[in-house]
Amino acid sequence: MRNAVPLLQDYLRDTASRIPEKVALVHQNRRLTYRQFEQDSNALAHALVRAGVSRGDRVVVFADNSLESAIAFMAVLKANAVVSMVNPLTKGEKLAVLLRDCRARALVTQGDLAAAFSLAVRDYPGLATLIVAGDFDVSRHPGLPPLQTWQSALAGQPTDHAPPRKNIDIDLASIIYTSGTTGDPKGVMLTHRGMMTVATSVAAYLENVEDDVILGLLPFAFTYGIYQLITACLVGARLVLERSFSYPAQVLGTVVAEGITGFPGVPTIFAILSSIKNLDQYDFSTVRYVTNAAAALSTKHIEALKQIFPRAQIFSMYGQTECARATYLPPQDVERKPSSIGIAIPNTELWLVDEHDRKVGPGEVGQLIVRGATLMRGYWEKPEETAKKLRPGPLPGEVVLYTGDCCRMDEEGYFYFVSRMDDIIKSAGEKVAPKEVEHVIVNLPGVKEAAVVGVPDAILGQAVKAFVVLEEGISMTERQVVHECQKKLENFMVPKFVEFKTELPKTMTGKIKKTELA
Amino acid sequence: MRVPNGGRRLTKDHGNEMEIAEKVRSFLTSNFYIADPAELASDASLLGRGIVDSTGILEVVAFLESEFGVTVADEEMLPSNLDSIDNIAAYVRRKSS
Repeated sequence: MRNAVPLLQDYLRDTASRIPEKVALVHQNRRLTYRQFEQDSNALAHALVRAGVSRGDRVVVFADNSLESAIAFMAVLKANAVVSMVNPLTKGEKLAVLLRDCRARALVTQGDLAAAFSLAVRDYPGLATLIVAGDFDVSRHPGLPPLQTWQSALAGQPTDHAPPRKNIDIDLASIIYTSGTTGDPKGVMLTHRGMMTVATSVAAYLENVEDDVILGLLPFAFTYGIYQLITACLVGARLVLERSFSYPAQVLGTVVAEGITGFPGVPTIFAILSSIKNLDQYDFSTVRYVTNAAAALSTKHIEALKQIFPRAQIFSMYGQTECARATYLPPQDVERKPSSIGIAIPNTELWLVDEHDRKVGPGEVGQLIVRGATLMRGYWEKPEETAKKLRPGPLPGEVVLYTGDCCRMDEEGYFYFVSRMDDIIKSAGEKVAPKEVEHVIVNLPGVKEAAVVGVPDAILGQAVKAFVVLEEGISMTERQVVHECQKKLENFMVPKFVEFKTELPKTMTGKIKKTELA
Repeated sequence: MRVPNGGRRLTKDHGNEMEIAEKVRSFLTSNFYIADPAELASDASLLGRGIVDSTGILEVVAFLESEFGVTVADEEMLPSNLDSIDNIAAYVRRKSS
C-alpha cells in the first residue's frame, strides 16, 4: 500500500521497488543497487531502534560521502529519527559541541575519523550507540560508548521492511548545521515536507530523469550536497560519489567513465576546472547540465564552462540552508543576464523589502524574502535567532524567511545578489563566521585582539585573513597562528593570510572597524 | 592552475625515495595540521585523514615543484601520485630520474 502522505525515505523505497537492480550509488570501485540500498538502510534502521533510538531522537552521521553515509542518511529517517550530517573536516572539539547541541542519541561514523570522534564522544556521554564503518582498532581507543562495527550493527537485522512508521510529514527529517554571525553553530531544522518540496522543485527545473548520472562531489553535510542524493532517489537516477575535487584528474576521469549527465559544483571547483589544460582529451559530451550555487559564478567562468561542457545547460542558483534553494537562472537567460541569480524556483515566492519592511520595486535594493513550504522550522533550540529570520507572513500563523541578503530585481522580475547584511565570509563555497575564527585566535596566550575578514581570492572567492595584535613583549609567527587554527577549525576556516598589527582601527564606541581592514 | 614554482630546477639527484619521503613528511608536518605526526603512516591517505583538501593539495604541488624541480602536469594530479607520502616519494623519484 502506498502511504497517503509520503515521507522523504519513501523516495528510496518506491524507487527500489520499481527498479531494484539498477545501480543507485557508485563509490570508487563499489556499486550499490537500489535493492541493496533499501535493504541495508532497513537493517541499519532496525539496529538504531534496537540500540535505543526513538522517534524524534537526533542521530549524527560524521563521514565522507560514501555508500555507508548515504545508507545511514536513509536509515535514520526510517528509524523515525532526525539525521544530522556533519562535515568530515570537523575537529573533535567542535564535533563534541554539535553532539551536545542536538543531544545526539547515536553517532554513525567511519574508522579513519577516529582522531576526531574518539575525542568528541569522551566529552559527550549521551550516546546510546556508536556505529563505526571501515577499519577501526577499538583496542587503541578505550573508554568509548557502546560500540558496533558497521557489519555487526547490520548483522541479523530485518532487511525487507523498515521499523514501524511513526512520523508524519511535518516532523523533522534533518538538522543541518550552519555558521552564524555569533560564531556558534546553528542547527537548521528541516521537515520531511520541506525537504520533499525542495527536491521536487529542483528536479522539475533541472528536468531530472532516471537516466541521469549525477556527480556527488559536494559533501552531504552541505544542503547542496545532500539534495543530490535525495534527487537521485526521487527519480531513480545514479549518484557517483567522489570525496572532493582535490584530485581533479581523477574526478574528470570518473565523469567520462561513468557517463556523468549532471555536474553540480561551486565556484571554487569551476575556477580550478577552468585553469586545467588539455581538457580536450576528455569527452564530456554526456554532461547535459552543470549547476552552480553557494556563491556567484563570474561571467568569465560561465564562458569557460560553456567551452568545457559544450552540450550542457548552465544553471546559476541561489539559496541558503534555511530554505535550501530560492532562485535559479533558466539556462536560456544566461547569455542575456549572466550576473542574475534568476527567478523563484517552482512553488516558491520571492520579494524584496526595505528597512521598514515595505516592498520595493524594480531597480531598488532590498532584503530578499522567501515564502514557501521549503522553509526551515527554525534554528534548533534558538528561538530568538529563529524569530529574527522567520517573521509573520501574509496568511495567519504563516512565517516567511528574511534571508539577510540584499538583492535587486529588474523589470522582468529577475533577481541580482548585491550583498550580505552580515559579515559572514564565503570561502570555497563554505560559510566562515569571522567570530568563530577570532574566538580561536584571541584565546591564544599572548594575543590581545584579532579581527578576521574576507579578501578577494581567484580560486576561493574570498580567502580568510586575520589581523592580530599581540600583547606587549610577545612574539609569534604567522605559522603559529595558522597552526593553532588548524587544530580547532575546519580547514576552510583556517586563515590563509595572517598580518600582525600594533593596533586595530576602531569606531567611536570602540568596535573594530573591519571596513578599514583588507 | 599551478602555483608557479620558484624557478629552481635541480639537476642533481634528489636522493632515494626515503630521503624524498622525509622531506615531504617534514613539509606536511610544518604546514598542515597533523594531530600526531608520529602516527602518520607513510602509506596513509592524506585526503582521507583530512590533512589536505583541494587547496592544500595545490600547496603540496607547489612544494614539490620548488623543492624537487619537477613539473606536475594537470593529468598527473591523481591519488596514485600524490595521496600519501609513499606515493609522492615514488612519483618524485620517477619524475626526476
